[in-house]
Amino acid sequence: MKHTQPQLDTSPEVSDEIRKTTCYMCACRCGINVHMKSGKVSYIEGNRDHPVNKGVLCAKGSAGIMQINAPSRLKAPLKRVGPRGSGAFEEISWDEALEMATSRMSHLRETAPEKLAFFTGRDQSQSLTSFFAQGFGTPNYAAHGGFCSVNMAAAGIYTMGGAFWEFGQPDWDRTKLFMIFGVAEDHDSNPIKMGLGKLKERGAKIIGVNPIRSGYNAIADEWVGITPGTDGLFILALIHCLIKAGKVDLEYLNRYTNSPVLVNCDETHPEHGLFLRDDDGKMQVLDRTSGKPVPFDGKGVKPDMAGTYRNAGVTYRPVFQLLAEKYLGEENSPEAVADRCGISAERIRHIASELAFTAFEEEITIDQPWTDFRGEKHDKMIGRPVSFHAMRGISAHSNGFQTCRALHMLQILLGSVEVPGGFRFKPPYPKPPEAHPKPHCKVTPGAALDGPHLGYPMGPEHLALREDGSAARIDKAFTWENPMSAHGMMHMVISNAHAGDPYKIDTLFLYMANMAWNSSMNTKAVMEMLTDKDENGEYVIPNIIYSDAYSSEMVAYADLVLPDTTYLERHDCISLLDRPISEAEAMSDSIRWPVIEPDRDVRGFQSVVIDLGARLGLPGFVDDNGDALYKDYADYMVNHQRRPGVGPLAGFRGKDGQGKGRGEVNPGQLDAYIENGGFWVDHIPTEAQFFKPWNAAYQDWAVERGIYDSIQPYVFNLYSEPMQKFRLAAEGRGKIQPPDHLREQVKATMDPLPIWYPPFEGTRVNEAEYPYHALTQRPMAMYHSWGTQNAWLRQIHGRNPLYVSAEIWKEQGFKEGDWAKVSSAHGEITVPVLLMEALNGKTVWTWNAIGKRKGAWALDEKAPEANEGFLLNHLIHELLPPKGDGLRWSNSDPVTGQAAWFDLRVNVTRTDAITASEPSFGTIKSPIGQGPNEIKVGAK
Amino acid sequence: MTSLPTETAKKLGLVIDLDTCVGCHACVVACKGWNTQGYGAPLSDQDPYGESPSGTFLNRVHSFEVKPAEAPAQLVHFPKSCLHCDDAPCVTVCPTGASYKRAEDGIVLVNEDACIGCGLCAWACPYGAREMDQAEGVMKKCTLCVDRIYNENLPEVDREPACVRTCPSGARHFGDFADETSNVSKLVAERGGFDLMPELGTKPVNKYLPPRPKDQAVEEFDILAPLLEPVATDAGGFLGWLDKALERI
Amino acid sequence: MHPAPSVIIFTVLSGIGFGLLGFLGLGFPSVTGWVAFAFFAIAYLLAVGGLLASTLHLGNPQRALRAFTQWRTSWLSREGWFAVAALLIMAVYGGGLVFFETSIIALGWIGAALCVATIYATSMIYGQLKTVPRWNHWTTSLLFLGYSLTGGALLSGTTTIATYLLAALGIVQFVYWTLGDKRFVDRGHTQGTATGLGGLGDVRMLEPPHTGTNYLLKEMVYRIGRKHAQKLRVIGILMMSVVPFALLVTLDAGHLIGAVVVLLHLAGAFVTRWLFFAEAEHVVGLYYGK
Ligand SMILES: Nc1nc2c(c(=O)[nH]1)N[C@H]1C(S)=C(S)[C@@H](COP(=O)(O)OP(=O)(O)OC[C@H]3O[C@@H](n4cnc5c(=O)[nH]c(N)nc54)[C@H](O)[C@@H]3O)O[C@H]1N2
Ligand SMILES: Nc1nc2c(c(=O)[nH]1)N[C@H]1C(S)=C(S)[C@@H](COP(=O)(O)OP(=O)(O)OC[C@H]3O[C@@H](n4cnc5c(=O)[nH]c(N)nc54)[C@H](O)[C@@H]3O)O[C@H]1N2
Ligand code: SF4
Ligand code: SF4
Ligand code: SF4
Ligand code: SF4
Ligand code: SF4
Ligand SMILES: [Mo]
Repeated sequence: MKHTQPQLDTSPEVSDEIRKTTCYMCACRCGINVHMKSGKVSYIEGNRDHPVNKGVLCAKGSAGIMQINAPSRLKAPLKRVGPRGSGAFEEISWDEALEMATSRMSHLRETAPEKLAFFTGRDQSQSLTSFFAQGFGTPNYAAHGGFCSVNMAAAGIYTMGGAFWEFGQPDWDRTKLFMIFGVAEDHDSNPIKMGLGKLKERGAKIIGVNPIRSGYNAIADEWVGITPGTDGLFILALIHCLIKAGKVDLEYLNRYTNSPVLVNCDETHPEHGLFLRDDDGKMQVLDRTSGKPVPFDGKGVKPDMAGTYRNAGVTYRPVFQLLAEKYLGEENSPEAVADRCGISAERIRHIASELAFTAFEEEITIDQPWTDFRGEKHDKMIGRPVSFHAMRGISAHSNGFQTCRALHMLQILLGSVEVPGGFRFKPPYPKPPEAHPKPHCKVTPGAALDGPHLGYPMGPEHLALREDGSAARIDKAFTWENPMSAHGMMHMVISNAHAGDPYKIDTLFLYMANMAWNSSMNTKAVMEMLTDKDENGEYVIPNIIYSDAYSSEMVAYADLVLPDTTYLERHDCISLLDRPISEAEAMSDSIRWPVIEPDRDVRGFQSVVIDLGARLGLPGFVDDNGDALYKDYADYMVNHQRRPGVGPLAGFRGKDGQGKGRGEVNPGQLDAYIENGGFWVDHIPTEAQFFKPWNAAYQDWAVERGIYDSIQPYVFNLYSEPMQKFRLAAEGRGKIQPPDHLREQVKATMDPLPIWYPPFEGTRVNEAEYPYHALTQRPMAMYHSWGTQNAWLRQIHGRNPLYVSAEIWKEQGFKEGDWAKVSSAHGEITVPVLLMEALNGKTVWTWNAIGKRKGAWALDEKAPEANEGFLLNHLIHELLPPKGDGLRWSNSDPVTGQAAWFDLRVNVTRTDAITASEPSFGTIKSPIGQGPNEIKVGAK
Repeated sequence: MTSLPTETAKKLGLVIDLDTCVGCHACVVACKGWNTQGYGAPLSDQDPYGESPSGTFLNRVHSFEVKPAEAPAQLVHFPKSCLHCDDAPCVTVCPTGASYKRAEDGIVLVNEDACIGCGLCAWACPYGAREMDQAEGVMKKCTLCVDRIYNENLPEVDREPACVRTCPSGARHFGDFADETSNVSKLVAERGGFDLMPELGTKPVNKYLPPRPKDQAVEEFDILAPLLEPVATDAGGFLGWLDKALERI
Repeated sequence: MHPAPSVIIFTVLSGIGFGLLGFLGLGFPSVTGWVAFAFFAIAYLLAVGGLLASTLHLGNPQRALRAFTQWRTSWLSREGWFAVAALLIMAVYGGGLVFFETSIIALGWIGAALCVATIYATSMIYGQLKTVPRWNHWTTSLLFLGYSLTGGALLSGTTTIATYLLAALGIVQFVYWTLGDKRFVDRGHTQGTATGLGGLGDVRMLEPPHTGTNYLLKEMVYRIGRKHAQKLRVIGILMMSVVPFALLVTLDAGHLIGAVVVLLHLAGAFVTRWLFFAEAEHVVGLYYGK
């Protein structure tokens, strides 16, 4: 029979126009092409020219159209009219809202600026928000890094001047062996997937170290289903094997790290454990030819890591010797750690041998001459094609900082950082710890703070302590409890403010963080703290201002809500001053611009901050006459200059728009960005693309681009001298010393060489009572709480079961469809369970932030997210279980204050069938009503 | 129309690499986004903000756990859309001729203007590749982005399916299986591409590439073991070795 | 498969309707005039009513006429043609009986054959589906024909034949169930073949592609509990076969008994037809771990 078929138009018009901007369905910041039909967004796809995603787009990014149309969008400023937490609000005008905010804040500024606590979530305008807070004069400012992954970031900076994601990336095109530790998704969402795809295409090997074998780990060639919290042990055992076999890159260590630097080994000496330095403060190494200490960076120096130096009765030994001695100890052998890690000794050895093989037998070279900072010329670039990536799986533990340090140490010992095939920094990194600011906390009523809030303390003198030694900051960052809390400790703000410890505050100003729900530990108590009243019937935290774009759980707890725009409706600046989008081979930044206009009475939060700054007359926001300097954020992005010639945007500077990194203000700058697809890229010269910390060509280029003001080559800190300084203080040396109850903790945890100690919670609870580990993972198709309002994404992840290992499943006699009680030292939840075999035997887990509060996000109160969905957060306390010393220790890493989400220990038992997760809370009144019953996107 | 073309000039389809798919659902949503504003009626969603949200999608990503006898369990993310079968039962059952397979390239499509929404084609498809749109009452399925792949309003590089273009890990490949030299034919040949439920005789055009062998490390151990021989064998110990090693550099 | 009321009503009623028409075509009962009118009216109400019910499950019933176009390949299309042809021929035949008191025997036979063909075509809509192994077997056609003829015999008052048919149908239904219960497994469809991963090891769905529901889940991944099904099978077979058979064998067939038997059978047929759908496992369930 004859086949007939209809005529098709296979070339329909695609859209009227494409507007190129930057995605913000998560913090990865991919470039997007927004297709417009009849003035409306019709389709969003990846921008092929964009340095981050090169055309691809993740599920969230593609679902952006449902975010900008979500019924949960706030419509106008809201003033609370019912009790806090009820959700009863009244819409007010912006004038009234800003007046409410400024009248209270200006009084605070004149009297006690520290009574304003300004904390922001995963925004990308920290250089503006911190500038505002600094100008205001409060020491109480930070973003979310403390509860997120400061361990990873800080360990990277302290060890090698940068860590993963924003700071660097594997050399995806050349690496032959890639190990990924504790990553479910990460911020570098698309680039990691693109990278993994490249590895697969080339047949390179991937080893996934993760208790859970999903996502990236599912496609790994080898899965190491490690027991949570033991990566440090595993890594140190790998290091043990490598050192023992001499499989370390001695030449690299000698040249580019502090391995040869001489350490004072006299335990009685006031400078015990510190480096031998000359009068200029330069670290000294032992010169192999002369046998004398010489500055580490001298031309032609051949350091001797095998020797010892004695002077005035003090023995100095090179770092490498201390390091080798420490890790050669049998306690670091594979056999000694195998059981605790849940990995056989044979397997550990095998992985060590593979690392050795790939690094040293599969060496690669690029025929590219370069010159190092000592002036020495190299005729080629030698690469060790082993690379690593890691994220919260190793950092969100109370031993995370040291574990992250250990991982960086492993990379460095293999000589695989900033070499072809290894791990590479992205501008403005590398940047050594000493080049970062130090924390500032000096409050003067009516004046700005004495400097930036956050930074990298290099010793006790940089702690944020008041005269009496108490914490200067409401979150107690940079105190002896967590001396190197480089990102602040947002997760402690509400409980400290509620307790009035270290002092009471007046206004809690939050932006883009759902603190009444998924970003808090101990969510129930946090909600209580936010609504708690004192004996006078006043709220204990008197005033809460919150900016959100959507009807989140947190909105209900604010007294004043400042509604933000969605990401397609505003200007944003993804700045090199903040969290840039550079690549290892290029510096890059980008913008968002209003590709559509808001149809509601909302304002971009950054513009609101600029308005507030002007109304309050803050320095940097008003001119000498007190008039506003900037009309809005767009104006600020173009005209603000941090240092002469250096502003929020690095591209298209100068009158002619040709300035790169440096240059005068260019009034046409935003147009140039838009013209260019919303971003700007400047490629690093070929000669400067590797060995960046030591490469003279890179250093010169970086200065030219305004990344540094002067060249700053440095060596990697296998041994961390700042940590030793804190430890010395704990041992009783120096002016600033920890309080007695913290001495032991500081001594034990601030080891200048990476160590492992058991995660705190595990040591505080009875193992038999709480035998299992409980974890969360990010679903790739959801972004924290804010994905749920998205009608497409919530069909993919609208519920979250607790995945239970086969071992536990059997132990507890679970059957399909069962529910379980999950209890921790802190609380109990009731949840549905599901069997997963590709899972560490002692572990249970669930997707993060799927559970929702009834009434939030413009969802029906019967929504599965609010009934079956659940949060693990109820089981996690911001304080550790009491240990009988009368003190409640914070559930954080003792070095950085990183929230230890993954230390959680639980028991899981079967419970009789029920149909809703527990605990559940009352319904919040939705301030914006509810969504429609049917949608037809793109209907003609 | 309902009868199948005896032969199609091209056999366009997808290769899905199960060794590379990380299960991110990017292809699912890109497909929804493109197709809801493209070919035919929009892909509607019911109860989108309510108790039991559902909607029409043309591509879905499943996850399976595979437990080998001797090795740890594996997880395989498994994307699935229409396989554009050569012997497509969904076409022959269709009473209206709305469902058809294109003679020029083998794409199986639904002519929505002719579809009565009887659902029979979805019953006939073994793979769950067809979903009836609840708002329009017409059958929906993967169009292989027929309105992209030949679209002269798109730049040449973009003339590929939305799901392929968006896949971050490059696990999806598009091409002509009738051409032995095409990327997809080569991948299938090299990596042992296979059919889903071959026992049903649908002769799918789309092929799946199997996960590569995993967790085989310990077996190779013997070759690599010598690399870990301790260096400190003589009296000089580790420092002695270090001294000598430094001499060499 | 989802036991959609419209489809159950359609297949049961139109099946019986065409069955009755078939018997009328063959001259059982041999009636004319208003009595014939009554019989034909019942038959047409059932057959056409059933067909109309079936359009209720269409997404776009206004285009239903298009369904006649694909008779070459589509059983649904063929069913349409046969049904229309049967209804037309039988209208002529019936017209003869009612208005002219004449029986055009040849036409009656042709009409009866078309009725059988219609039912066969209906059965093949299901029987052809390799994706539903329980249906994909000649017993499906036998079953449909069995229900149709039994119903037709009962309604036409052809009691003796009806008695035999009731017994036979009970057996066919039992055989259909017994053979059907194993077929999915026998055909070898597993999560392993569905994913092609069976060679690597045991395959098990971990996570569904969406926690929300969809058309496929509602339409094809309907599952009923074994115990529940077992209970319904017993009820169904008792009502549609065993009890009516026993009544007919043991009691004198009067109008009352006749009515009770018909109603019992019909109710039983609805139960078993519900099960016919509810118990049918579509292979797509494998992708959803079912
Ligand atoms: N159990 C457990 N808990 C965790 C984690 C875990 O792994 N396990 N992870 C922790 C980590 S790392 C993080 S970073 C936190 C994240 O937790 P949060 O920072 O609270 O993140 P979101 O849920 O995304 O909420 C951010 C808020 O921003 C709002 N928002 C979205 N877009 C905009 C916008 O354009 N403008 C404004 N003004 N607001 C907007 C959203 O509506 C939402 O209310 O969760 C932490 N909580
Ligand atoms: N799609 C999506 N992307 C996101 C986010 C999102 O919500 N959705 N959130 C963003 C944010 S704020 C962040 S902080 C990043 C975080 O990105 P990730 O670091 O990938 O964060 P998690 O999802 O918490 O994943 C932690 C992983 O560590 C594993 N793990 C837990 N404990 C251990 C351990 O002891 N050892 C090892 N080896 N592994 C362990 C867990 O199994 C899990 O796979 O993702 C960002 N990207
Ligand atoms: S990873 Fe996805 S959500 Fe995040 S910015 Fe990129 S496309 Fe957007
Ligand atoms: S986009 Fe690619 S990696 Fe992601 S689920 Fe689809 S096929 Fe897999
Ligand atoms: S996959 Fe299903 S819908 Fe697609 S051609 Fe094959 S049978 Fe038809
Ligand atoms: S639903 Fe439409 S395409 Fe499918 S068989 Fe029926 S008429 Fe044909
Ligand atoms: S080819 Fe097009 S229609 Fe088919 S799954 Fe991919 S995006 Fe969807
Ligand atoms: Mo985070």
